[in-house]
Amino acid sequence: MAETQPPTASDTPSASAAPAVAIRVAPSPHLCDAHLTTRGMMIDVLVGLAPVLVMAVLVFHWYAVVQVGLCVLSCLVAEVVFTRIRRKPIPIGDYSAAVTGVILGLSLPWGAPWYIGVLGSVVAIGLGKVVFGGLGFNIFNPAMVGRAFVMLSFAKELGASAYVVTRSNLEVLTQATPLTIAKQFAADLAAGKVVAFEQPVQLEHAKAFWPLFIGQVNGSPGETSALALLVGGIYLCIRRAAAWQIPAGIFLTTVAFAAAAHGSMLTPFNALHHLISGSVLFGAFFIATDPVTSPVTSTGKFLFGLGIGLLVVLVRVFSGYPEGVMFAVLVMNAVVPLINRWTIPRPLGGPVPRKD
Amino acid sequence: MSIAARRTTRRRTFARGVHPDEQKQLAAGCPIEALPTPPEVRIALLQHLGAPCQATVEPRSEVAVGDVVGRAEAFVSAPVHASVAGTVARAAMATLPNGRHVAVVPIRAAEQQPLAGEPLIEDVFGGDWPLERLDRYEPLQIVEAARAAGLVGQGGAAFPTHVKLSPNQQKPIATVLVNGCECEPYLAADYRLMLEAPAPVLAGALLAGRAAGAAEVIIGIEDNKPEALETLRTAARRTPVVVQPLKTKYPQGGEKQLIAAVLNKVVPGGGLPLDIGVVVINIGTAAALARAVLRGKPLTHRVLTVSGGGIRRPRNLLVPIGASYRELIEACGGLKEDAARVVAGGPMMGFTVGGLDVPVTKGTSGVTVLSREEIAKAAETPCVRCGRCVEVCPMGLVPTKLALATRVRNAALAQRYHVAACIECGCCAYACPAKLPLVQLIRLGKIMTS
Repeated sequence: MAETQPPTASDTPSASAAPAVAIRVAPSPHLCDAHLTTRGMMIDVLVGLAPVLVMAVLVFHWYAVVQVGLCVLSCLVAEVVFTRIRRKPIPIGDYSAAVTGVILGLSLPWGAPWYIGVLGSVVAIGLGKVVFGGLGFNIFNPAMVGRAFVMLSFAKELGASAYVVTRSNLEVLTQATPLTIAKQFAADLAAGKVVAFEQPVQLEHAKAFWPLFIGQVNGSPGETSALALLVGGIYLCIRRAAAWQIPAGIFLTTVAFAAAAHGSMLTPFNALHHLISGSVLFGAFFIATDPVTSPVTSTGKFLFGLGIGLLVVLVRVFSGYPEGVMFAVLVMNAVVPLINRWTIPRPLGGPVPRKD
Repeated sequence: MSIAARRTTRRRTFARGVHPDEQKQLAAGCPIEALPTPPEVRIALLQHLGAPCQATVEPRSEVAVGDVVGRAEAFVSAPVHASVAGTVARAAMATLPNGRHVAVVPIRAAEQQPLAGEPLIEDVFGGDWPLERLDRYEPLQIVEAARAAGLVGQGGAAFPTHVKLSPNQQKPIATVLVNGCECEPYLAADYRLMLEAPAPVLAGALLAGRAAGAAEVIIGIEDNKPEALETLRTAARRTPVVVQPLKTKYPQGGEKQLIAAVLNKVVPGGGLPLDIGVVVINIGTAAALARAVLRGKPLTHRVLTVSGGGIRRPRNLLVPIGASYRELIEACGGLKEDAARVVAGGPMMGFTVGGLDVPVTKGTSGVTVLSREEIAKAAETPCVRCGRCVEVCPMGLVPTKLALATRVRNAALAQRYHVAACIECGCCAYACPAKLPLVQLIRLGKIMTS
C-alpha cells in the first residue's frame, strides 16, 4: 500500500500561480477517523480503570499502590526486553502493556509478595503476548495468563488465606473474602457439618449489600467496589473501548445460573450477590472485553459473554475455587476462533453466488 | 396519516456506516458557474461501463457542440459528443483516474463558441421545464433519447442510462429512486443542482419513471441539505414525486444502501436493483435526461465540484466533458502549497490522479484536492480485533478477516467471509483504529478470488 513516487502537478510551466506541488497517488479512502487510534482505545481503558484504582487505594491503601505500580513497571520492562529479543520495534507507545500491568496488579490478592507481581507480569507479557507476535496476535488475555501462572505456581501464597490478616489496622483485611465465606458455608452444608454459630453471622455480614456495592470488603484490589467498576465500565462501553455485548452476555448468564444455583441450595449467595461480589464486574468490563482475545462480531461477543457467565457460576459452585472469572475468561479465549467461525455474518442481500 | 405521507416526514437510513467530516461548507455556498471554454477538450471514447465507442470524426474536421464524435455499437455503451465547437486534432490516448488507458478525440476549441458563461448555464438549466403531461412521451422514445444523448450515470460508476430504463418483461420496475444523497464529503454539485435547477431534476425523474413504467418516483436526500429538500418538495408539490429525507450517513448514496433506506428492500447478493424492481439514477442524470428528452440535447456538459483543503477557491462548475483537471484547478485559483492528493470524485471512493492532464468524463462528480493535513493518518498498528470495521460495514461483512485473507493469500478464507459482497465503500478503513488499509487489501482479495 505504499504511495508511489510523487509526480509533480506542475511539470510543465504554466501561466497560473500554481506552485510546484507534489501530488501523490494512493488508493481510497483518503480520509480516516483521526479521533480513533489503537493508543486512544488503550488510554480509554486506563481512564475507565481510574475509578477502580481510586477505590482500590481508598480501601487497601499502599498495598494497592505498590502492587499495581510494580506490575505496570514490570510489564513495561518485560515488553521492552522481550520485543528487543525478537528484534522488533518497541511498541510501548501503544499503552497496551500498561493496561495489562494495571489489570494484573488489580487482580492479584492485595497481600501477594512483591516477586509474584513481577513474575506474573513477566509471564503475562512474555508468554501471554510477545511469543504469539505481540499486540493483536495473542490468543489468551495476557493479564489472565500471568495471573493463572502465579496462582497455580504459588497456591499457598495466593490462596484464600492470602487475603486475610487477623491483626490489621485496615478492618476489611481481617475478614475472609465474601466468596470464600460463601464457599465455606456451602462446603460445610454439603458435608453435613453442624453449622457453627459464627458462620451464619459471618455469612449475613458477607451478604450485606452496601459494603459489597461500595467495596468495603476483602478481595483483590480491583474487584471489590461494584460502584467504581460500574462507573468505569459504563465509561468504557460509552466510549466503545469495550463492546457492551460482552458484559451484557456475562451478566445475563451469571444472574441466570447463580439464581438457579441459589434456588437449588448450592450456594448461599443469590444472583445479585454473585454479580457484585468477586470479580464478575471487573472481569466483564475490563478483562473479557480485551478486543484481541474476544470475537469480532457482535453476535460472537454476546455468545462469548454468555459462555463466561456460565463458566463463572460453574467454577464458583462446583469447583474447589471460590472464584472462576480467570478460568472462565481463559477457557472462552480458547473458543474465540470457533465462535468467529460460527458467527460469520450473512452479508446484506445474502452471499454472492459463485460464477463457475 | 397515509403510508406515503409518513414516509416523507420520517428520516430513514440504512444499517451501520460512518460519519466522516462532511466539509460541505467549502463548496455548498458556491453557485454553479460555467468554466471558461478551455483551449482543448479530450473526449474519451470509453467513459462508461461497457463497450468503447468508435471515433466517427477525422482529424482536422470541424465539429459543432453536440456532434457525435464516438459511435456506440453495442447495447451496453453510450455515444460521445463534442462538448465545444472546434477542430478535431490527431487521435491520442489518455489515462483516466481509474487507471484505464483509453483513446480520446481531442478537439481544439474555436475562438467563437455559440454559448459560454452565463448564457450557457441558462441554456442548460434555464427556460421552462414541463412537469405535467409527460405521458405524451412514449417509454421507448425516452429510452432512445437517453441512448442518443449518450446518457450515463453521473454519480461515478457511469452505467449507460438507457440500459437501466429499457423495459424488461421479466423484471418490471415498480420504483425509480433518484439519488440526491451526495454522501461523499466535500462534493456539493448535486446539492447545487437541486437548489438551482429543481425543475429539470423533477422532469427527468418523472421521465425516468415513465420510461421504466414505475408506479412511484422517489427522490432521496440527506438531511444535511435542508434547503435542497425544501426546494424540491415545493417544486414537486403538484407532481407524484415523493421527496424522502434521509439521515446523513456514508454511504447513503450507495445503490444498495439507498434502496435499503428508502424502500426497506434488499438487493440480492450478486444481483441488481432491477431484480427487485428498482432503478436508481443520480440527480445529475435526471437533469440530463430531461434535457435529452425535452430539448433533444446530448450530454456535453456536467456540473461538478472542485473542493478540498488543497484548493484555493472551491467552486461548483458547469464543465464541458473532456476539459482537463488542470483547467478546473486553475479556474479555482490553483493548488495550495500543502495540496497532497488530487482525487477524481470524493475522498471516500475517489481515485487519485498522478498528473493534472486528465480529462473530465461523464462520471466525474468532482475533483477533491486534499491537503497534507486532511490525509494525515496515525501510524499503522497491528489489528487488535476490536470489531469497529464489522460495526460500520454497510454490507455486514468482517473486513478484518477479509484483509487477513489477502495478506496470507488464502482465497478460501476470503470466500468464506463473502469477499465478493464488498462494495468497496471504505468505511472499514475509515473507522479502523489501527489505521490498516482494509478496503485496499479487500480489493486485492477480490482480484485474488476472481
